Amino acid sequence: MELAFYLSGLVAVLATAGVITGGHPVHAVVYLIVSLIAVALVFFALGAPFAGALEIIVYAGAIMVLFVFVVMMLNLGPDTAREQTLTQPRYWIGPSLLALVLLAALVALISQGVVGETIDGELLTARAVALTLFGPWLMVVELSAILLLAALVTASHVGRRSNAAGTSPGTGGGAS
Amino acid sequence: MSWWTPELAAILWAMFQALVILLGAVLLGAVLTVVERRLLGLWQDRHGPNRVGPFGTLQLIADMIKIFFKEDWIPPFADRPLFVLAPIIAFASLLLSFVIIPITPGWGVADMHIGLLFFLAMAGINVYAVLLGGWASGNKYALLGAMRASAQTLSYEVFMGLSLMGVVALAGSFNLRDIVAAQEGLWFVIPQFFGFATFLIAGVAVTHRHPFDQPEAEQELADGYHVEYSGMKFGMFFIGEYVGMLLVSALIVTLFFGGWHGPWLPPILWFALKTGCFLLLFILLRASLPRPRYDRVMSFGWKVCLPLTLINLLATGAVMLLVDA
Repeated sequence: MELAFYLSGLVAVLATAGVITGGHPVHAVVYLIVSLIAVALVFFALGAPFAGALEIIVYAGAIMVLFVFVVMMLNLGPDTAREQTLTQPRYWIGPSLLALVLLAALVALISQGVVGETIDGELLTARAVALTLFGPWLMVVELSAILLLAALVTASHVGRRSNAAGTSPGTGGGAS
Repeated sequence: MSWWTPELAAILWAMFQALVILLGAVLLGAVLTVVERRLLGLWQDRHGPNRVGPFGTLQLIADMIKIFFKEDWIPPFADRPLFVLAPIIAFASLLLSFVIIPITPGWGVADMHIGLLFFLAMAGINVYAVLLGGWASGNKYALLGAMRASAQTLSYEVFMGLSLMGVVALAGSFNLRDIVAAQEGLWFVIPQFFGFATFLIAGVAVTHRHPFDQPEAEQELADGYHVEYSGMKFGMFFIGEYVGMLLVSALIVTLFFGGWHGPWLPPILWFALKTGCFLLLFILLRASLPRPRYDRVMSFGWKVCLPLTLINLLATGAVMLLVDA
C-alpha cells in the first residue's frame, strides 16, 4: 500500500510538471488528466476508494472533458512566443514567493504532526462516507446543494437565447 | 512441495480466471462483428457475408488477416502521440470494466465494494478515446464527430449514473455480487423498470451504437472520429465498440435481470443466455431504427431521460422509507 501511495504520488507530481512544461495545450490537458487519475490512485492507496472513484468520475471523466473540449475549440497550437514573455521573472516571482511561504507552513505543520503513522490501507466504505456526510456534516451538504442550484440557475440564465421563438438549443447549459 | 500453499493456488486460480475472462471478452467482441453482419443480413432480407467457409463462419479469420496486414498509416498532419493513444484508451477502458462483473458464484475477477462506480469511472475515461482520436486526426470531419461524441456522452453519462442509483439503494451496496444476491427473489427489472429503460438507452448512447451513432454517422461525417484510422488502430476502435456492447449487456443482466440466477440450468448458461438476448437486442436496434437528428438526441437526454431518472430515484427512496416504517 505504501509503495502504491508513493508511486502514484510520484506520477502525480511528474504529470503536473508535464502540464506546466508541455508545449501544446492539448498535451498539457492530457497530462492534467493523468495527474488527476494519479491523485485518485493516492486515494485508493490511502483506503478511500469511494473518494478515488468519485475523483475519476467527476474530475477526470466530466470536468476535464470540458477542458479538452474548449482547448480543442480554440485550436491554439504550440505557442512559444507568448510563453517566452511568461517566463520573465516579473511574472512568476510573486506567486512563487507566496507559494514558498505556504510550503514552509506545510512543512512546519507536518513536522509537528504524528510521525509514527503509516499507511495501513484501512478501508473507508461508501456507507461510512455517507453516514459522516448526512450525519454531522449535513449542513455543509445542504449549503453546497444551494450553491450548485445557484450555479445551475446562473448557467441556465446565461445560456438562454434572447429570441425565445427560435429553434430549440442543441445542448443543455448545465453545470457539471 | 512446500511452496505449493493454498494461497498460491488461490492466486494462480484468480489469475487464470482473469485471463480467461479477458480473452473471452476480446474474442466474443471479435466474433460479434461477424454475427452482427449475418443477423443484419437476416433482418434486412439480404445475405450478409456468406462466402468464406460454410455459411460465412470463417469470415472472422479473413477479416483478422486483412486488418493485421493492412498498412497502419499515421497521417503526417496528425498529432502522433495522441493519435496512437486514443485507440488504446478506447479498447482498454471498456475491457477493464469486465473485472467487476460476476459471471457465476465462483467466477469473476475482482470483488470490489465500489464495483459500480468503477464502471462509471471507466465509462468516463472512455470519452477521451473519441475526443482525442478525433482531434489528433487533424481532420474536420473527425473533429466534428469528436465534438458530437463528447457532448452526447457527457449528457448521457449524467443520467446513466442516476439510473443505477435506484438499484444501489435497493441492494444497499455498490458491489455487483451483493446486487446479484439481492435479486434472489425478484429481479430488479420489476421494481426498477424506469431505471432499466434509461440505463439501456444510456448504455446504447455511451457505446455509440445505432441509433446513437451520431459521432460516426457515415452519411454526414464520413465515419466521424475514426476516419483517419487504418489497420490495427481502426481494429481497436472497432472491436472496442463490440466489447462495449458486450459489457453493457452483461451489466444489464447483472443489475436488472438477476445475473446468474435461474432455475434448472447451470449459472454460467443462464448468464450467457441473458447476455445473448441483450446482444441480439442491440443488433436488432441497429437493424430496425433510423438515426434521429442530433439536437433531438440531446434534448431527449436532458428533457426526458434525466427527469425520469430523478423521479424514479425519488419514488424508490419514498417507497423504501414507507416499507421500512
